[in-house]
Amino acid sequence: MIKILATPLIQVPWWRNNRKVGWLLQAAFGLFLLIAIALLLANLERNLARAGMRLTLGWMSQPAGFDIAETLLPYKASDSYGRALLAGLINTLRVVISGLILATGLGVVVGAASFSANPLLRGITRIYVELVRNIPLLLQLVFWYFAVFLSLPPADQALHLPGLQLAKSGIYLFGARLINGELEGGLRLSLELAALLTGLVIYSAAFIAEVVRGGIASVPKGQWEAAESLGLQPIQILRLVVLPQALRVIVPGLNSQYISLAKNSSLAVAIGYPDLYAVAETTLNQTGRGIEVFLLLLLIYLVLNLLISAAMNAVNRLVRLQER
Amino acid sequence: MKRSPLTLQRQLFGSLANSAFTLALFALLVWAGWGVLSWAFGSAQWLVLRANAATLTIGRYPDAQEWRLWLLLGMLTSLAGVSWGRLRGLNNWPLNDRIAALLFVISAVLLPWLLAFGAINQLRLIFLVLLLLLLRQWSGGAWSKAFGKWWALVWGITYVFGLWLIAGGLGLPAVRPSDWGGLVFTLLITSLTLLLALPFGVLLALGRRSGLLLVRWVCVAVIELIRGAPLITLLFVGQNLVGFLSPNGFAPDRVWRATGVLTVFAAAYLAEAVRGGLNSIPMGQQEAARSLGLSSVQTMGLVVLPQALKVALPALGGQCISLLQDTTLLSIVGLFDLLGIARSVLANPDWLGRYAEVYLFLAVLYWCSCAALALGSRALEKRLATNYS
Repeated sequence: MIKILATPLIQVPWWRNNRKVGWLLQAAFGLFLLIAIALLLANLERNLARAGMRLTLGWMSQPAGFDIAETLLPYKASDSYGRALLAGLINTLRVVISGLILATGLGVVVGAASFSANPLLRGITRIYVELVRNIPLLLQLVFWYFAVFLSLPPADQALHLPGLQLAKSGIYLFGARLINGELEGGLRLSLELAALLTGLVIYSAAFIAEVVRGGIASVPKGQWEAAESLGLQPIQILRLVVLPQALRVIVPGLNSQYISLAKNSSLAVAIGYPDLYAVAETTLNQTGRGIEVFLLLLLIYLVLNLLISAAMNAVNRLVRLQER
Repeated sequence: MKRSPLTLQRQLFGSLANSAFTLALFALLVWAGWGVLSWAFGSAQWLVLRANAATLTIGRYPDAQEWRLWLLLGMLTSLAGVSWGRLRGLNNWPLNDRIAALLFVISAVLLPWLLAFGAINQLRLIFLVLLLLLLRQWSGGAWSKAFGKWWALVWGITYVFGLWLIAGGLGLPAVRPSDWGGLVFTLLITSLTLLLALPFGVLLALGRRSGLLLVRWVCVAVIELIRGAPLITLLFVGQNLVGFLSPNGFAPDRVWRATGVLTVFAAAYLAEAVRGGLNSIPMGQQEAARSLGLSSVQTMGLVVLPQALKVALPALGGQCISLLQDTTLLSIVGLFDLLGIARSVLANPDWLGRYAEVYLFLAVLYWCSCAALALGSRALEKRLATNYS
């Protein structure tokens, strides 16, 4: 009979026991972390006490006293800081939502065009993507704003494009008319908003086009050929056969591009569009409430990212391959 | 999608509709090209670049100390020449470097001439390019084999020496970080941030896959919080909040604070790239290494990480390019990187309204740098690619 030993033959010393060492390491790491956080908080406490401040959100109901150049939410300088920040948030949402829609449209068109049978069109899409992706977004934004939009002619010599009039006083959509030397009617976008949207859309669309291109490339060649032999036109093939299948690959890629666009909208501050970050910076300069303002910013951008992710995950469930 | 082979003529002018489309596109291109050219040679005033070439390159670096930058450039050029020659001698060096050499000559001779650098500076640059090309030519031979073993160390020492040359102190007159600017500043901050962020990124990625629960949670929290916030809000922390969190409100120079923020920011993104590489390495590698008797640190450092970093190389290269582009955000918090110094030049009433000229020049500069980084990263991928079959 073999007798099963109840105790191991060799006693493993504790420092060779992976589980024990793991717990010890975690304990040391945790302790280090706690001490670091405690030190930072103690510093914060002392520095705030010296400045005579306490962490509160009470200042948010005080009158802001600064103007915001353009808001969707009715706002005046005597309104509270809270309302100013809300107006900034709504301005950010305005740019993000319209940017998402426009960039997706342009990106899909460019991505699909990169599969065109026409080599000239393919070449143009390639040049566009390579050109835009290798130039910093901020540089593109200041270029659009300072070099392009600020040098537009005055209202009486406005540039006319179909459904669009460009002048120094703003960009007018949907048929504005010249009345007493000023453009009126239609939908007016400020130059700041127009430049921000143009720059963001052109930049993001290049990345979206690459995502779309990857998605379309993932559809097997046989699908194109089968659709072609059924007599479908190229546009029909794309719309009815290829894109629905490509979407499964495209949607997850779009998610991260959308989040980038939302975060990049904060560059508005460089060209004077009053988005959330710009208003927050002014608020900080007036109140000195750095910690609170930063935590608020962090929270809002995180929630914005999570909302985009949640929406895209819902879309992903819709386009996913249904397997039984 | 690969299409059936058609002649170019058929592809462009296959049908009536296609012909019309091609012609319309062509007309559009000609119109746009004509517009740009007639602006560039007509109403554009390039004087703003000539007059501010030095400012854009070195910012407000004191004139009397300029020789230090030249010395650094000379050292970097010689090292680059020797390294280039060594790399070229390797049998699977994938770059066609005649073109690269030509580009060097053009950018170091033609560009300074166009920008009207002083005659002495132009001569210096020509001399440096000659030095680069000669060293490249000579250094394929045996004597540079010794260098081959030590070049990481030599580059490292040169880098630290370069930092000292730029910043001064220890015998040299100190130049404050607020006086650094322009191209030198952008290159310095980008390289410094990358060097610091890569080890942090690897640590964060390893921590995120660690079996230790607490370590994993902390790493996930750090990575996701940083990736969730726009860079500008993080720079805002660096500029405004560091003083609140440090003892007695002490805060280092704004440049160092911004570098710190950029480092943490880049580390979070690099960590995700490295994690992708780590995930692609089969468990068998780790198990095999452990059963050979390697410790867990050896397994990671000698077996898993080298393979993972190779897989992650395209993503890492992409992050380097992003980082170079992200340094432009420093101009928003009032530092004088390339874009920041350009904005301060444009704020000068003498150069009112010369936005298009300056920004287009910067765009060309950034485009070339990013494209060069992309090419370099692709060449490195090719060189490191292992064929297992």
